Amino acid sequence: MEEHELPVLLVNEVGGICGVLEAHVDFLKTHFQLITMREFLENKNILSKNVQAIYLWWHKPVIDPELLQSLPNLKVIANSGVGMDHLDLKLISGCGIKMANCPHAVSSSTADTGMALLLASARRLVEGCHIAVSLDTECFAPDWLGEEVTGATLGIIGMGNVGYKIALRAKAFEMKILYHNRKQRKEEEEQAIGAIYCKKIEDLLQQSDFVMLAVSLTPQTHKLIGKRELELMKHTAILINISRGLVVDQEALLEALHTGIIKAAALDVTYPEPLPRDHPLLKLKNIIITPHLGIKTRKTTRMITEEAVANILAALNGLPMPSEVLPD
Amino acid sequence: MEEKELPYVLTDSIGGTHGVYLEHTEFLKKYFNLVAMKEFLENQKCFGEKIKAIYIWWQKPAVNQELLQSLPNLKVIANFGVGVDHLDLKLISSFGVKVTNTPFAVSNATADLGIALMLASSRRLVEGRQIAVSPDTEQFAADWLGEDVTGATLGIIGMGRIGYKVAKRAKAFDMKIRYHNRNRRKEEEEQAVGACYCEKMEDLLQQSDFVMLVVNLTPQTHKLIGKRELELMKPTATLINICRGPVIDQDALVEALQNKVIKAAALDVTYPEPLPRDHPLLKLKNIIITPHIGTATKHARRLMMKSMIENIFSALNGLPIPNEVFP
Repeated sequence: MEEHELPVLLVNEVGGICGVLEAHVDFLKTHFQLITMREFLENKNILSKNVQAIYLWWHKPVIDPELLQSLPNLKVIANSGVGMDHLDLKLISGCGIKMANCPHAVSSSTADTGMALLLASARRLVEGCHIAVSLDTECFAPDWLGEEVTGATLGIIGMGNVGYKIALRAKAFEMKILYHNRKQRKEEEEQAIGAIYCKKIEDLLQQSDFVMLAVSLTPQTHKLIGKRELELMKHTAILINISRGLVVDQEALLEALHTGIIKAAALDVTYPEPLPRDHPLLKLKNIIITPHLGIKTRKTTRMITEEAVANILAALNGLPMPSEVLPD
Repeated sequence: MEEKELPYVLTDSIGGTHGVYLEHTEFLKKYFNLVAMKEFLENQKCFGEKIKAIYIWWQKPAVNQELLQSLPNLKVIANFGVGVDHLDLKLISSFGVKVTNTPFAVSNATADLGIALMLASSRRLVEGRQIAVSPDTEQFAADWLGEDVTGATLGIIGMGRIGYKVAKRAKAFDMKIRYHNRNRRKEEEEQAVGACYCEKMEDLLQQSDFVMLVVNLTPQTHKLIGKRELELMKPTATLINICRGPVIDQDALVEALQNKVIKAAALDVTYPEPLPRDHPLLKLKNIIITPHIGTATKHARRLMMKSMIENIFSALNGLPIPNEVFP
C-alpha cells in the first residue's frame, strides 16, 4: 500500500536573515514536505505540480502572477503575521487560492511592543541608558525629567485585536483611554477597558498625550497621519506607530518632530524597512525607532507558525480555516 | 496686628542642576521662607534659631550631628522620595526631630519604570534601537528575537505600595505573579492582582522569568540578592532593580551576567550612582542601566514637593503627620 505522502509546502528559505526559523523546521516537517524557492527553481518541472501550500515568512516569497501560474495545484497561502497589505488579495483569490493570516498569535506581542515604546519614550529610556554608560557622565542631573504615564490620556487609533489588548494594558496604568475605529465597539467591551469612542479622529488627536496607531494598512489608512493630524495633536504629545510605516506621512512627521509640533515619536515600523542610512528621521533626538520588533519573540513566532499550519491543514482538508482572509 | 511670619525652612540650594526647582519655588514661598545652605552658613546666628524644618531635595543637605546642633528649634526633616537610607534616623530622633518621606508621590512613576525596564529588557529595545539606526544595518534579521512579557512569571520581592502597583500593571499583561514580602498581604489584595505569596524567597527565585526588587534598603535587605540567590534563578531569567543599588551584591551580579547564570539585568539603581566609568557592569551586553529615573517625571516631582509641604506644615502645627518615618 502506498504511504500517504505529506503535502508539499513551499517557503522562501530556511534560516539566515530572512528565512523560516530553523527552530520551526522539525515542526513543519511533521506535517509537510518542505521545499525552498531555490530547490523549486532548480527543479521547477517536477515540483511545480506538487506544491499545494506556501508559507510566507516576512513577506517572502513574493507572490506574483508568474509564481501563481507556475503552481497549478496551489491551494492555500498562509501569511506569518496579520498584515496582508503586501499581497494582491483579489489576484490570489481569483486563482481559487485561499489565504490566511495569524491574528491570534500576534496580538499580545504587538500590544506589548506598543506599551514598551510608549513607556520608553515617555520616560526617555534610551537617552537615560546613554547617560548611564557615557564616559562623560559625572553625576546624574536631578532636573532631567520625563513624562508620567500613569493617569495620562492614550488615544488608540484602530481598535482591533491589538488595539484592544493595548487598552487592557493601559487601563492598569490608570490611563484615560480614547479610541477611534471604523466601527464603535460594543458597550460591554468599552466598559471593560474604560474606553471612550471618538467618532471624529480630530477629537482623539486633540485630547491625547499619547497617540497609538494600531490599524491595518489599507487605501483608507494610507498616510492617515499627515501634517493636518500632527498639527491637531498636543505639542506635548507622543506618536507611537506599531502598525505599518505607510500609515504615517513620514515627511510630515519629520517636520513636526523637527519644529516641535509634537514632542516625540516612537516607530516600530517605517517605510521602507530599514530606512536608508542617511534618512533624516535617524538623526532626530526626539524619536525612538525599533526594527519591527512587534512579533519578534520566540514564543510568538512559534505561535505564528502553528497558526499558519492549522490554517494550511484546514484548507487542504476542505475544513473551515481558523483565520481565512477574504478580499474586500 | 503683626502678620505672622512664614516658617523658616532650610534647603541645600535653589535652582541650578541640583537645587530645588525654580518652578516649585513660587509655590513653596507661599508656605515657607526658604533659606539656602549658603545663606545659612553666612548668617548662622540669624537663621540658626529660626529654622524649624529642613527640606531635603535629592539627598541634600546632608544631615549630621553638627547641623542638628546648630538648629535648636528644628522640628522636622522632610525628605524627598521614599528612601531614607541616607539619614541616621536614630540620631535625628535623639534630637526630638521628626522625619517624613513621600511614599505616595513616588509610587506610580516608580512602578511605571519597573514595567518599562522589564519590557525594554525582554524585547531588547535598546539593542534593537541601535540596530535600527546603525550605519551597518542593511536588513532586519528575522531570527533576531526577544522574549514575551505576556504570560511570563514575574516575581516581586517587596510588596509595599510600589510592588503592589507593579503587580497591578503586570496582571494586565496576563503575567503570573509571585511575591515575597516581610508580611503577607490580605487575601483580597492578593486576589485583586492574582499574586501568589512565596514565604520562601527561594521559591520565587526558582519560578520567576522576571525578578523585580522593590524593597526598602535596610540592614536586612542589604545584599539580599547575592551569588546564592542568582544561582537559584532560572538561567533564562532577568533581574530588575528599582529600589536601591546595595540590595544587590554587585560583584556577584557581574559574575552571574558574565557567566550567563542569569540571562540579563535592568538596573535603575546601582552603588554608587553613577558607577565609575570603568566599572565592569557598564561593559556587559546583557544589561540595561538607567540613571535613577524612577521618580523622574514632572508630575511625580511636583507631587513630592506638595507632599513635603504638607508634611512640614503638619509637623509645625501639631497636626497628624501624613508620612512620618520612625527609626
